[in-house]
Amino acid sequence: MAISSQEVAHVASLAKLAFAPEELAKFTGQMDAIIKMVEQLQEVDTTGVPVTTHVTDARNIMREDVAVPGTDRDLMMRNVPQQQDGLIKVPAIIDESEEG
Amino acid sequence: MNFETTVGIEVHIELQTNSKAYSPTPVVYGAEANTNTNVIDWGYPGVLPEVNKGALEYAMRAALALNCEIERDIHFDRKNYFYPDNPKAYQITQRETPIAHDGWLEFELEDGTKKKVRIHEIHVEEDAGKNSHNPDGYSYVDLNRQGTPLIEIVAEPDLTSADEAYAYLTRLRQIIQFTGVSDVKMEQGSMRADVNVSVRPIGSDQYGTRTEMKNLNSFEHVRKGIEYEVKRQQGILLQGGVIEQETRRYDEPTGKTYLMRSKEEANDYRYFPEPDLPPIHIDDEWVAEVTASIPEMPDKRRERYVKEWGIPEYDAGVLTQTKEMSDFYEATVAAGADAKLAANWLMGEVNAYLNKNQVELSATALTPEHLATMIKLIVDETISSKIAKKVFKEIITNDTEPQAWVEAKGMVQLSDPAVLQPIIDEVLDNNEQSIEDFKNGKDRAVGFLVGNIMKQTRGKANPKVVNKLLMASLKQR
Amino acid sequence: MDYLKHDLTSLHQGLVNKDFSAEELVAQTYDVIAERDEKIDAFLALNKDQALAQAKELDQVGIAADQVLAGIPVGIKDNIVTRDLTTTAASKILENFNPIYNATVMDKLAAAKMITVGKLNMDEFAMGGSTETSAFKLTKNAWDQTKVPGGSSGGSAAAVASGQVIAALGSDTGGSIRQPAAYNGIVGMKPTYGRVSRYGLIAFASSLDQIGPLTRTVKDNALMLNAISGADQHDFTSSRRPVPDFTAGIDAGVKGMRIAVPKEYMGDGIAPEVKDAIKQAIKTYEELGAIVEEVSLPYSKYGVAVYYIIASSEASSNLQRFDGIRYGFRAQDVKNLEDVYVRSRSEGFGDEVKRRIMLGTFSLSAGTYDKFFKKAAQVRTLICRDFDRVFADYDLILAPTAPTVAYGIGEEIDDPVTMYMNDILTIPVNLAGLPGMSLPAGFANGLPIGMQLIAPQFAEQTIYQAGYAFEQATDFHKQVPTIGGQN
Repeated sequence: MAISSQEVAHVASLAKLAFAPEELAKFTGQMDAIIKMVEQLQEVDTTGVPVTTHVTDARNIMREDVAVPGTDRDLMMRNVPQQQDGLIKVPAIIDESEEG
Repeated sequence: MNFETTVGIEVHIELQTNSKAYSPTPVVYGAEANTNTNVIDWGYPGVLPEVNKGALEYAMRAALALNCEIERDIHFDRKNYFYPDNPKAYQITQRETPIAHDGWLEFELEDGTKKKVRIHEIHVEEDAGKNSHNPDGYSYVDLNRQGTPLIEIVAEPDLTSADEAYAYLTRLRQIIQFTGVSDVKMEQGSMRADVNVSVRPIGSDQYGTRTEMKNLNSFEHVRKGIEYEVKRQQGILLQGGVIEQETRRYDEPTGKTYLMRSKEEANDYRYFPEPDLPPIHIDDEWVAEVTASIPEMPDKRRERYVKEWGIPEYDAGVLTQTKEMSDFYEATVAAGADAKLAANWLMGEVNAYLNKNQVELSATALTPEHLATMIKLIVDETISSKIAKKVFKEIITNDTEPQAWVEAKGMVQLSDPAVLQPIIDEVLDNNEQSIEDFKNGKDRAVGFLVGNIMKQTRGKANPKVVNKLLMASLKQR
Repeated sequence: MDYLKHDLTSLHQGLVNKDFSAEELVAQTYDVIAERDEKIDAFLALNKDQALAQAKELDQVGIAADQVLAGIPVGIKDNIVTRDLTTTAASKILENFNPIYNATVMDKLAAAKMITVGKLNMDEFAMGGSTETSAFKLTKNAWDQTKVPGGSSGGSAAAVASGQVIAALGSDTGGSIRQPAAYNGIVGMKPTYGRVSRYGLIAFASSLDQIGPLTRTVKDNALMLNAISGADQHDFTSSRRPVPDFTAGIDAGVKGMRIAVPKEYMGDGIAPEVKDAIKQAIKTYEELGAIVEEVSLPYSKYGVAVYYIIASSEASSNLQRFDGIRYGFRAQDVKNLEDVYVRSRSEGFGDEVKRRIMLGTFSLSAGTYDKFFKKAAQVRTLICRDFDRVFADYDLILAPTAPTVAYGIGEEIDDPVTMYMNDILTIPVNLAGLPGMSLPAGFANGLPIGMQLIAPQFAEQTIYQAGYAFEQATDFHKQVPTIGGQN
């Protein structure tokens, strides 16, 4: 196997997805087949080959530092599932870790 | 066993650009929740980032002031993590190609010794929104701050104590403030520090395991947090324990640190190059332009105050501590005040006022023009130094033009001999005994006579002129 | 109105001559949709009131002779954001999502006075090749309703092929315009990366996605691309290059044109009837005066692997914003934040989307990044270099669009790897950012066969010129499907 069900479960937790046990087994099998397929890349010699992450030659596209007023708050709130006083409401955070 | 401490600091600074890093909404502190946002800030389906040239220029400016080399070919990377204040669930940052690297910052410790800390890199990224945790079991998200440009300044672990860390941060804040790219206010979150601490036995050639404290929001917390961590780690090592690599939270009320997250729980950020923003090349011309835009740094100003204006070295140092004070000082001199007197006033009465009232200069009514006018009034003897204290009190609390106020209040000093001589003559005529005493060598008599003259003029007489006229009159009697 | 008997130019003439009004055209379009879409199931949402109102307004102002697209109904793939018109990307996680802004292409179509009649079905978040991963409905092939319409722009292709609209917009990340165009016997263009703004296209894979037109003729396609191309201040990857008139010189022919046929694209995996059709097309081009030669693209065989790593990696990041917090589906009875995330996403995404998110998350995670993402990005460079070498000597590449004709509904959906291999002929074009177009080149068992023309970046004109010449010399595009006994 190219990937174990524990690894699949770990990846799922990173991606904020959960699978029931039988789903996990199915996904592990499919992931395994996909990973085996993509592993054929390992046979390619890429020594000294640069990566391609941007496919056109566009460079130095930037915006001047000019502010544009924000969008009307009521409009911004249109699709928010839960809100209060112009704020987006979410159930409490259990993990207190905050990034910066 | 004796230990040595190693401290590494990463500082986040919010850039005071007009608009955000990757969206054109305004960068404003303290606005009503979610009023400075748009679909980009909210990570709406289909939106794309629009990188702000100004944010890159501010970052370069800060980097050049910190003696860094500018990376010429940069791109952006995504840092992936879920959090309600992080709408895209990734932060656009620079992982592979930070905009600057290999700089240094020199600062002075309290005992006067100098210390140099190497800057590993500076990169541009975006701030998150704000989450308020409520006791009702919910969090409330305001995305106004989302996308505010940040620079992260990563220092090499060259610091060896809490005091050094404190001095480093003080110096860093001063330099950044003078570049004009940020107001660097810890209390408003525009400057935040992540601190790594480790200890090791002296002589060990390997760093100890480090712990990290994130988002410290005052220099004092940094100092106390490091002091606590050093003690805690030393204690564990002395008992034969092992330091765990972990993130700890500094708790303000107790001054202690508590475990937040262990290394095993550490996030996997899955960085990769941001496909939505094409790479950027920074050429010599652009670097030169930014270099030319950097305002005069504090050390240069300090040197100039000493050389050109004859200000003592120490005073010049105090005056250049903050950009606000230094700018105010220069504006006062530019408005015509004597440089030395202006320095004395700012370091004396003004600082005393600020300390007593715990306010910043900008929060007072004082303007450089008013201060300069007052100083000119003192120099040309229009007011006495005693009156000046009253004037000062007025102009720092109310936006009052001092010359007009002094005139309206009748506080102008009497210096005209034609006005003063008759008063002196009258006082002398009424105090024959004092003239006698003076002639018998009793100097005390002069003080008595001056006091009488001041009383007659209700304190407005120019003491210098009074003295001169009185002595001449006494000699004639 | 039967769109199968018209093209954009004849519709425009009809409007300008007042043979019919825009309002009549729109109303008749909805009649056709009501009748034919029962069989095809291409539309997810209709915009009837709005569309009729716009048409009426336009009739009052009048349509000028140079407004070639004005008043003509158009269908939009449902991953293109439309203000005030539900946009779901065929995902439950965006069910009832009501956008507050317009994609740039929508503003451009509005400027051309085209009328959006509705939103078209697709594979969920454009992930799939058969439109079967849609959370909402199964769209059928216009030629045989037991067959898939291809995907992911299956709704767009089937709607055009069945004559419900004259033109539609789709998006193409690994073949999602060209393959359904081939399966439905129409013309589908994936423009050069950067030619059309992606602002408002719900991102699947940011370095590969492009919006493009699906039409029944080559010239219609060029007219549509004219309308949607150009630099956009909201898309920093959109090209600042000037946009030519894609219809200019379209009839210049192919005499002396150098056309390459990669031998890897005519290999064992390609169905014999598809190969035969392409061989026939080669003959046609030679007869028209083109020089056709065989070339090699040695790294193209790695295209599928490279694509699935890169596209899934980008997708895993792009789809993290669907977290149940600011818009879209939020799971019920959630206890805490982790619940909001995990349950909203697990209940909101379908299996294929989850598979891609999982593969992408895996490819980017610590310890596998170098072996997967970075390796794929390096091999992508080699694939680009393959094309550079060929285009040093040739104007165009000619190849089949898909290895087979449309397959049966339900046949491949549970076998991801087989399904992924279907994209082998279209994927390298996205990896290199090239323009590629599929156009009808034959039939097998009553199902259309598509031929793909690929050009260097920003050379869409060459494709249209060669495509038009082929169309003029053949009559594949004139054949129309019979839908449920109609026509």
